[in-house]
Amino acid sequence: MSALIEGDRTHSRGRDGAVFHLAADSGWPQRFGLMARDLRDGASLWRLAWLLATSDIRLRYRGSVLGPLWLTLSTAVMIGAMGFIYAALFRADIRQYLPYLSVSIVIWNYLSALVNEGCNCFLTEQKLIHGARMPFSLHAARSVLRNTIVFAHNVVVIVPVFLLVGAPVTWEILWVVPALLLWLLDGFAVAMLLGALCARFRDVPPIVGALLQVVFFATPIMWYASLLDGHPLLGVLIRFNPFFHLLEVVRAPLLGGAPPAGSVLGALAASAVALALAAVGFARMRGRIAYWV
Amino acid sequence: MAQLAARGISVDFPLYHSETRSLRRAVLDRASGRFGADARRRPIVRALRDISFSLASGDRLGLVGSNGSGKTTLLRVLSGIYQPTAGSLAVDGSLASLLDPGQAMNPDMTGRENIRLHARFHRMAVAEIGAFEADVESFADIGAFLDLPVRNYSSGMMVRLSFAMATAARPEILLMDEWILAGDATFMDKARQRTETMVRHADILVLASHSAQVMVEWCNRLVWLEQGRVRADGEPLEVLSRYLPPQQFEQLRPKRSEQPEPIPAPLRSGTSP
Repeated sequence: MSALIEGDRTHSRGRDGAVFHLAADSGWPQRFGLMARDLRDGASLWRLAWLLATSDIRLRYRGSVLGPLWLTLSTAVMIGAMGFIYAALFRADIRQYLPYLSVSIVIWNYLSALVNEGCNCFLTEQKLIHGARMPFSLHAARSVLRNTIVFAHNVVVIVPVFLLVGAPVTWEILWVVPALLLWLLDGFAVAMLLGALCARFRDVPPIVGALLQVVFFATPIMWYASLLDGHPLLGVLIRFNPFFHLLEVVRAPLLGGAPPAGSVLGALAASAVALALAAVGFARMRGRIAYWV
Repeated sequence: MAQLAARGISVDFPLYHSETRSLRRAVLDRASGRFGADARRRPIVRALRDISFSLASGDRLGLVGSNGSGKTTLLRVLSGIYQPTAGSLAVDGSLASLLDPGQAMNPDMTGRENIRLHARFHRMAVAEIGAFEADVESFADIGAFLDLPVRNYSSGMMVRLSFAMATAARPEILLMDEWILAGDATFMDKARQRTETMVRHADILVLASHSAQVMVEWCNRLVWLEQGRVRADGEPLEVLSRYLPPQQFEQLRPKRSEQPEPIPAPLRSGTSP
């Protein structure tokens, strides 16, 4: 018989997590308490979340020669092709437009992947959810980490573009760090909320996908926000578009400027709303997710 | 001291994705007694009703009952997967559940990679993972298959690996569904030994199975579930005498009296109820 079984029980992991009480739903204090426990358990499993996320990427490209480099390559091809066509369409200076487009596309792909895959973060883990008690935050974190790894591969594309057109890089670029931390937090909150919602309502993922398409065209991603300057109605559209502000706080520093104060406020406000909705929504739905998936 | 207590646990399954007319009619008729409607008049299946028991160290509980009587659902509730609709669950002790073959395994990853994932799930440090891996490897005993994707495993190998992973983590409470009995005789023998060692070390086992023979050999208490309720709870032979058809129970008895010390010989001959 194995030494592990026969051995002393007071092993290094201690008895943390060994005591567990679960009663029928009894209102908000209990719901928030169970959510807090879920987040705590999830945080203590960060190594597992990271291992799962990296395995996801490795498995996706197992047997492929270039592997995850395909992520980089396909983004590069897309930006290269679109850059010249749209620069001509918008009569923009390619030296300015190409860096703008490459940064916009790369961060938009990250944002839309966070939202789209966040929708499925519980549905795809149905087997794990039914197999053992596991914090739901683990699945949300896995989805966020996986897409962050993809993003890290795509960011590489920006470098040759900047070198090619000689775009300046300034110290303002450091603003990217707090901005991306905000994105990670938002991405996690959105995955917790949409993941639970989509487990219950299976029509939500395609609806979210369709809405993101609309947002893609209605937000200054391929076109400059300045094109709408002076336009009475559409100018307002931009000012109340949370996606514009969230993109801008990451994009502006990458393009050499500090993020505009208005966008910082907009991004913080949008994040506060997302976090509040996620906290209430997840606490409300948490106990039912295992029944829904 | 490990403890596991269920207090008045009920579970209702919502029927969201199958709201057909015939189902609604079944709900309205309340014909079978297991369909119902919740407070908001949505159709539900009453999977478990008012289940109470408490287990302490050394208890080996068997769950018997026909298909659909609620055994697997109860195991999921005891695992903390389903939040009960009523009642409460109290667990004191590290718990491992073996509910689906390959439940916690990624089919595209190798057995070894899955072992490492499992080790991380148990929050093991790098230093512990090596010993864990070695223990699983020697117990599962599937040779070179350990380095192949789990997708290529036979169901028996899957059972071996799952059981080895679940028990190598040294849970104080082990919950197993009947598929674990898909292992071959040699493995079953090993598995039972390992479980017994575990239980000797003051642990709890809950096992759902259709095999009366296994129940008699592995368990010291039986709960008979019927239509989601506890029909009987007590000594294995006593419960089985009511649960099994008389002739099957008679077949069980002589074997017991001939062999005061339970050994898994009947398993080797492939006896099943």
